[in-house]
Amino acid sequence: MVKVYTFLGLILLILLLLPLMLNQYLLGIFVFIFYYAYLGQCWNILTGYTGNISLGHSLYVGIGAYVSTMLSMHVGLSPWIGMFIGALGAALIGLIMGYLAFRFGLKNVYFVLITIAFAEIGRLVALHLKPLGQFMGLFIDFKPGWANLQFKGNLPYYYIGLGFVIFSLVVVRMLELSKLGRYFVALREDEDAAESVGVNAIKYKMIAVGISSFMTALAGTFYANYIFYLHPTSVMSMALSIEIVLRPIIGGLGTLFGPLIGSFLITPLAEISRSFFAKAGFEGLHVLIYGVLLVASVLFFPRGMISYIKKALSPVLRGSK
Amino acid sequence: MEKRMNPALVVQLIISGFLMGGVYSLIALGLSLIFGVLRVINFAHGEMMIWGMYIAYTILLLTGIDPFFSLVVSAGALFILGYIVQRVVVNRIIEFPEAMQVIAMIGTALIFENGARLIWGPDYRSPASRFALSSIWIGEIMIDVPRLLAFLIAILIAALVFLFLKYTDTGKAIRSSADNRLGALLVGTDVNRVYAVCFGIGTACVGAAGALLVPLMPLSPHIGPPFTMVSFIIVILGGMGSLIGAVVGGLIVGVAESVATIFLPSSLKQIVSFTLMVAILLLRPKGLFGR
Repeated sequence: MVKVYTFLGLILLILLLLPLMLNQYLLGIFVFIFYYAYLGQCWNILTGYTGNISLGHSLYVGIGAYVSTMLSMHVGLSPWIGMFIGALGAALIGLIMGYLAFRFGLKNVYFVLITIAFAEIGRLVALHLKPLGQFMGLFIDFKPGWANLQFKGNLPYYYIGLGFVIFSLVVVRMLELSKLGRYFVALREDEDAAESVGVNAIKYKMIAVGISSFMTALAGTFYANYIFYLHPTSVMSMALSIEIVLRPIIGGLGTLFGPLIGSFLITPLAEISRSFFAKAGFEGLHVLIYGVLLVASVLFFPRGMISYIKKALSPVLRGSK
Repeated sequence: MEKRMNPALVVQLIISGFLMGGVYSLIALGLSLIFGVLRVINFAHGEMMIWGMYIAYTILLLTGIDPFFSLVVSAGALFILGYIVQRVVVNRIIEFPEAMQVIAMIGTALIFENGARLIWGPDYRSPASRFALSSIWIGEIMIDVPRLLAFLIAILIAALVFLFLKYTDTGKAIRSSADNRLGALLVGTDVNRVYAVCFGIGTACVGAAGALLVPLMPLSPHIGPPFTMVSFIIVILGGMGSLIGAVVGGLIVGVAESVATIFLPSSLKQIVSFTLMVAILLLRPKGLFGR
């Protein structure tokens, strides 16, 4: 174990010192790497560990973004506090949906469909609410300062994003070691068997939805104060839900480092190809490549990149287990 | 609001929704057929439909042949595409956990949607079809001729699919593979070929439906996903795998969406369908005609 911790500590040290060598553009890419790695990890808690696929996680991002932004604009509440109120709101919606779905025994595809339905209803409602700017979208005033979670330049966002990622890794690692996490995995592997030995399936799946939606919404606030513009078709869309899903699947579903590895592989590729292809007149090509990657990862490496990385690193970390 | 509630308008909306519902029925029929036989949900359904639309549109642009005739080409092309998708993707994931199936199908959907975008561009297009502006008046009620034709042809194609499944050898093989895969294998059915043909027929339905929609609405690569959602809603309403359910469900959703525009802005009409879907999922997940 010692070697593993040394290795991880080394990576953390590199990530802490890396901004010294990065320009604003590269910092921005890293901000998105962290942002999507964090979102992927939140989604991973529900889908990777309990096996219930959500394709509506953008709903929670949107709730987090809008609640904290509205509170900051109209009440002057700092986003640092607003983000937790937004997260509570998202968790409430997530729990209502989870209760309905689990109470009525929706599994597999039926669960996927209800998550999509909730997210789409949320998007359509948000699109018609006057205070949210309707079809124009919502522009957020730029008032830099720690209290407002707004900064000039990308450096503070880099460290906050990194903080988010570390926070999510710690939460998931604690889950993995706890009884709760074992229950999650038991439910994923065989719900009937888990229930027959006394695991309360509805209760633990509800807990997973609650944690996942709460944490997802926090990132919404971060996004709002990084981009300064919110529109339901960007923060509550199916497209964002797919972005969230993509990275943990490529990296390794239901693994601690899968979402982060997936994000390091996909995000730079996406950011660079997005601008590169758009310039060349091939808009949409990068999403087509997402499609190919999703299909290929299911067909050819369903256990994700992490299994290859583990294999590659095993000589270095040998004797650690 | 007072003015909008006049009865002629309501009848008008019910009729036009019902006619649109016929096309919905054909779309959902394809989805339900695929699910009933392969137990795989085609998340790329609407995205494949827009290929049917664009093919008919391209033929109209190049030769002037109306989509109501070129739908045969759209259906044929989508049969081939569906056959390939089944062979390359679906066939390999059929034994996978549903979670992984969903993800592979979402990937396929992204490929179709953005492939169309690369080929035909991102802009909305509204081709001028010969029948586009003609209409029949019955008293105060106006009936769109293209809508009526689309409805009639869609129902005709649906009927043909029913007959095909009922009376041809391939159709019987499809139904028997759906009932009992192992049994079909034991009596020597080439199940993989049957599955591929079945997937092809399902996507041919949606291809033909796409051609029928060309005169009815502007087309763009991004109108696919809403149609995928609508077809899910219909199939859940009618009962997963039930073909009659898909047809009846299509008509119900068509009317519901259309009538909803009395109370809601048309951009919100989907809320009605999604709410309907959530209600059905919770109260009667088997759907109206599910076994």
